[in-house]
Amino acid sequence: MSNVFIAFQRNEETRCIIDAILQDNPNAIVNEQPAMVKIDVPGSMTIKRATIEEKMGRSFDLQEMQIHLITLSGYIDETDEEFNLSWKH
Amino acid sequence: MQIDLRTVSIKPLRQTFDHIAARIGGDKPASRYQEGTLCLQAESNFHYRPLWDPAHQIFDRTRTQVKMKDWYAFKDPRQFYYGTYTIARARMQETTEADFDFVGQRGLAAAYPDAARTLALEVLLPLRHVAWGANMNNSSICAYGYGTAITQPALYQAMDQLGIAQYLTRVGLLFADPAALDAAKAAWMSDPMWQELRRYVEDTFVLTDWFEQFVAQNLALDGLLYPLVYSYFDDALTAAAGPTISILLRFQAEWFAESSRWVDATIKTAASEGDDNRALLSDWTSRWRDRAAAALAPLARHALGDKAASVMEEIAEQFNSRAAKSALSL
Repeated sequence: MSNVFIAFQRNEETRCIIDAILQDNPNAIVNEQPAMVKIDVPGSMTIKRATIEEKMGRSFDLQEMQIHLITLSGYIDETDEEFNLSWKH
Repeated sequence: MQIDLRTVSIKPLRQTFDHIAARIGGDKPASRYQEGTLCLQAESNFHYRPLWDPAHQIFDRTRTQVKMKDWYAFKDPRQFYYGTYTIARARMQETTEADFDFVGQRGLAAAYPDAARTLALEVLLPLRHVAWGANMNNSSICAYGYGTAITQPALYQAMDQLGIAQYLTRVGLLFADPAALDAAKAAWMSDPMWQELRRYVEDTFVLTDWFEQFVAQNLALDGLLYPLVYSYFDDALTAAAGPTISILLRFQAEWFAESSRWVDATIKTAASEGDDNRALLSDWTSRWRDRAAAALAPLARHALGDKAASVMEEIAEQFNSRAAKSALSL
């Protein structure tokens, strides 16, 4: 199964996002690079708004993620609650 | 000459401070909130007990009957430290200032119906003294409390209440003249409608157990007062005279929803620590809830007329289910 991945700049905000992704995707592989964190997950990845909000302690709009986003791969399926990456059509 | 560009990854020798690492389970990146909260309470090298209270250390765990194995078990779900707190409040304040400007520029205050204006000012303006009392109480919690995890948000709560007192004053100045503030003070000092509430506020000033003060102020009084005034009374005013005042009370409504999360989390953490704590907190909560409900009843009657009794019942029900969620048994 191919990986999907997403990469963020490293900062205060993305640490919460990354913690949330790791919690919701137990198979995630973290690759910490200078100023960037890349997360690979086999098959598909789910990013949940509720988990990020719990980590950050404030309300969060999934589109705020775009500010910190460097790159990603996979087909995107996005709702207000979840941001999904996968290779499914 | 050939130049090779390559990335050099420099691994930091440590991710965070040792005392933080010891608490969060190993050397991993800590949030600013954790670094600005954990282990900051001064604990040692106090040679003398304070002259004003020789029974206790300057910072003493036993100033409250609530027992905690670890006073850093408390966690502010908003994760406020100085930076995030001021940013969050600056945002809210910007909105509120814009709201006041809007109402001022459009002349909405002048166009507000007189009967509703009189009622709104009679109910809202004396509440600035209640908010000031809440400021005093939370300052006191911060002063006598133990552990930065709880004293830090208590001070933020105190400052928020001061801001609320100021916004209520601004409403008075926008809808009337400074004499309205004097009239509100006179009502607060002598009008029978306010005396039970004033007694409540003044009695909480002299509580010696700071955690009881927390329950009496932040859970019981605010837990009943804010829904009554900033939800039910606000709705009644909007129905009678349009949403002008409601716009100006937005800060309080939003603030209450936000700060309740901290109050609930704090109570839940303390109550979940053990049955002694739970019994103690439940006892305090039911006693102060009953007193607060009695103190607010005349205000509710004045503000809502016939509907007051049923509204107070609804608020009490909401309060009880909120307390039950925080692991209290009322």
